[in-house]
Amino acid sequence: MEHYISLILKAIFVENMALAFFLGMCTFLAISKKIEAAAGLGIAVIVVLTITVPVNNLLYNTILREGALDWAGLPNVDLSFLGLLTYIGVIAALIQIMEMVLDKYIPALYAALGVFLPLITVNCAILGASLFMVERDYTFSESVVYGFGAGVGWALAILALAGIREKLKYSDVPEGLRGLGITFITVGLMSLGFMSFSGISL
Amino acid sequence: MADASAKQVLFEPIFSNNPIALQILGICSALAVTTSMNVTLVMCAAVIAVTAFSNLAVSLVRTQIPGSIRIIVQMTIIASLVIVVDQVLKAYAYEISKQLSVFVGLIITNCIVMGRAEGFAMKNGPWLSFLDGVGNGLGYSVLLIFVAFFRELLGAGSLFGVSLMPVVNEGGWYIPNGLLLLPPSAFFIIGLAIWGLRTWKPEQVEEPDFKMSRHTVKEAF
Repeated sequence: MEHYISLILKAIFVENMALAFFLGMCTFLAISKKIEAAAGLGIAVIVVLTITVPVNNLLYNTILREGALDWAGLPNVDLSFLGLLTYIGVIAALIQIMEMVLDKYIPALYAALGVFLPLITVNCAILGASLFMVERDYTFSESVVYGFGAGVGWALAILALAGIREKLKYSDVPEGLRGLGITFITVGLMSLGFMSFSGISL
Repeated sequence: MADASAKQVLFEPIFSNNPIALQILGICSALAVTTSMNVTLVMCAAVIAVTAFSNLAVSLVRTQIPGSIRIIVQMTIIASLVIVVDQVLKAYAYEISKQLSVFVGLIITNCIVMGRAEGFAMKNGPWLSFLDGVGNGLGYSVLLIFVAFFRELLGAGSLFGVSLMPVVNEGGWYIPNGLLLLPPSAFFIIGLAIWGLRTWKPEQVEEPDFKMSRHTVKEAF
C-alpha cells in the first residue's frame, strides 16, 4: 500500500505532467483563461488518463511486448514498434466511446465537458503518460494509480494557472507581452516553484 | 487561403504567423528538447518531415475521408509517419534518439502536425499543403533553434557541444548559468522572444481584456 501512496504523490507533485515534464502545454496555455473551463478540462483529463493508461498497459503486456504473444504460439514476435499507433488508436477510440456513453447516460457531465473531450485526443499528457508507463515497466495496478495521479497533477496545475490568469488580466502588462507572452513567464515561475519538489524521494 | 501563392504559404508561418508564438501550437516539445543544439536540430528535422508528409498524405485523400472519422484517419497517417521517423533515428542516430526519449513519439500529438492537417490540408491541394507543412515546420524550428542557442551558450558555454566560453570547472573564466539548463528557463526565453516578435510586428499584439484607466493623482492629495 505504501508503495502506491508514494507512487501517486510522485505522479502528482514530483513528476507533475504539466510543470515538470511540460506535457499537454498547448491546451494548458490555450484553455486557462477561465477557472470553470479549466476545471472541466482538468476533470476530463483525470477521467481519460485513469482509463487509457491501464488499457494501454494491458495491450502492451499481452500483445505488443517482446515474447508477449507466447500464448498464441508466436514466442519470437516483437511488435513494440507498433506501440505508438496502438496507444493513439486506443486513446482516440476511448474518447469517442466516452463521448457517446456520457451523452447517453450522464448528459450533465457531457454538457460540462463540451468541446474539451475531443480536444484531449491531441493532448500530449495523455500519450505521454502511456509512453512513460511503458518506459518504466509499471504493472497493471501501478498503471491505474499512475494514470490517476498524473491526471490529478495536471488538473491541479491548470487550475492554479487559471486562477493566476484571472487575476492577471487586471494588471498593466507591457504591450508586446500581453496575453501569451506573460502567460509563458507565469508558467515559468510556477514551474520554478514546482522544482522544489524534485529533491523529494518518497 | 485557397488562392494563396506558394511563396506566401511557405514563408508566412516563419514570422508573421509563427505556430508557437501566435497559433499556440506544439509547445510541449519546444521546452523539453532545447538544452543543446544537436538534439534540437534533429528534432526540428523530424518535425519538418512529419508535418510536410502528413499534410501531403492527408491532402491526397481529403476527398475520400468521411467527416465523422477524419480525426482517426489523420491520426493513423501521422502515427505511421512518426513510427518511420522513430525507427530511422534509432538506426542512424541512436545516441540522440535516446536523449529525445519519449518526445519523438510525442510528435504525434504535437498540435502543429494535427492542426495543419485539419486546418489546411483538408481544404487545399497536395502541393500547397506540402509547402504549408514545410513552412510551419520551419517556423517551429526557427523558434526552437533560437531558444536552444541561448540555453546551450549561456547554460553550458558551448554550441553544438564545442566549447566557446571555457567554463570555470575546466579552468576557464565563464561561470555557467545553471538555470538555463533547467526547463523553466525555456518558458522565460519563449516569453521574451514573443515580446520581441510582437514589438517588431505590432499587429500581433493581443487586445487587453480591460482598459487601464490613467493614474490620477488628484484624489490622493
